[in-house]
Amino acid sequence: MSEATGTARVKRGMAEMLKGGVIMDVVNAEQAKIAEDAGACAVMALERVPADIRAQGGVARMSDPDMIQKIQEAVSIPVMAKVRIGHFVEAQIIESLAVDYIDESEVLTPADYTNHIDKWNFKVPFVCGATNLGEALRRINEGAAMIRSKGEAGTGDVSNAMTHMRTIGGEIRRLTSMRDDELYVAAKELQAPYALVKEVAETGKLPVVLFTAGGIATPADAALMMQMGADGVFIGSGIFKSGNPAQRAAACVKATTFYNDAKVLAEVSRGLGDAMVGINVSDIPVPHRLAERGW
Amino acid sequence: MKVGVLALQGDFREHVKASQECGHSAVEVRRESELVDIDALILPGGESTTIIHLAQNFNLYQPIKDAIASGLPVYGSCAGMILLADRIVDGIAGQKTFGGLDITVRRNAFGRQVDSFESDLTFHGNQLHAVFIRAPWVEEVAPGVEVLARAADHPVAVRQGNLLATSFHPELTEDLAVHRFFFDEICKGR
Repeated sequence: MSEATGTARVKRGMAEMLKGGVIMDVVNAEQAKIAEDAGACAVMALERVPADIRAQGGVARMSDPDMIQKIQEAVSIPVMAKVRIGHFVEAQIIESLAVDYIDESEVLTPADYTNHIDKWNFKVPFVCGATNLGEALRRINEGAAMIRSKGEAGTGDVSNAMTHMRTIGGEIRRLTSMRDDELYVAAKELQAPYALVKEVAETGKLPVVLFTAGGIATPADAALMMQMGADGVFIGSGIFKSGNPAQRAAACVKATTFYNDAKVLAEVSRGLGDAMVGINVSDIPVPHRLAERGW
Repeated sequence: MKVGVLALQGDFREHVKASQECGHSAVEVRRESELVDIDALILPGGESTTIIHLAQNFNLYQPIKDAIASGLPVYGSCAGMILLADRIVDGIAGQKTFGGLDITVRRNAFGRQVDSFESDLTFHGNQLHAVFIRAPWVEEVAPGVEVLARAADHPVAVRQGNLLATSFHPELTEDLAVHRFFFDEICKGR
């Protein structure tokens, strides 16, 4: 009996199991437990949520292994953790902790401004951010088993996530309408491998699961992204920077499942208390926008 | 035959597709009203804690329990196996299941994601390629539960009456053998 671990199929398959779910940022075991009890399909363990990274500044790095392990012990759902773009040693360390998914994330300070991690070298699957189809396909070519559209993390402003979901969706639709002999130039323009471009043109979707992230703060935001074609959502600062995290977390889980049912969305949006205060993306100077990290 | 696929969270679209490829119509089930005229139900892979949480919050818990008790054929893969088990080990505190299958299931028994694997196995006498993702296994089976496949010395596919459960995900492969077994052997006559 041949038995294989770390294959593309089990890495991508893991993301399939998360679909229709909400992955929540948590900074300690208590928050992780609240997220699990609210119905999160996974948690992202990190030291500071993006809103605090933004407020405090400085270099943001992978989390303390101690803190990640405490979260792993506290919950039974999958635990993800972030590493800096290009920091393959942080990834080796996180993999050794048997974390379920690694997020090579622009929310942390990049370690390499040219290259991303060669993700084929790892047994643990990776999720990466993308602002457009070319970026998504470059990450998949490097071994990413899941893509999340980028938004502007830590803002509570969903407009960037919207832009990137529209861009990725629009570029996919454009490929499906092209003649075969036009796909070579399309690959050149997207700066993506021809084989992946052809696959997307044929299937009309990415070869991996597509979540969305960045700026999602309300059940309505989550449902908006689902109606835009996301397979699921990441919610970062939006939950634990709000007035009533447990209730808001549960409401976002319900909104992600019943994203097409305005009555349910109205019901779960009632009496949630204060949403995170938020920052308008347009008020953030360009060099400080996280979504623009990654190449 | 009209197949319902519980669509609260997880890879329900893949089960809809597999059901259609077997020649049946398939509908996504999120509400009690969508349960009423189905001939069979599939509980997909996903996060069992999330799915049961949503089922309890949207008045599906008791209706699905009742449907199982009244003999509706149900197939659960991975999280679906956990949801069909009468007893679970390593669940979260107070984690409920729909139950009906007289087995004890250990959640995440094969380990974390780095231990997820694919492997060949024998299912009901047929060779197939199985994908296990943070998969459970069956720890104990009561008399009357038929073991259809084993891996790592544990049952990973079981049947009792109209209920079928697998630790692995046939919906992630092109092989329709498990779905056909469910439709042709368990649902026959419906």
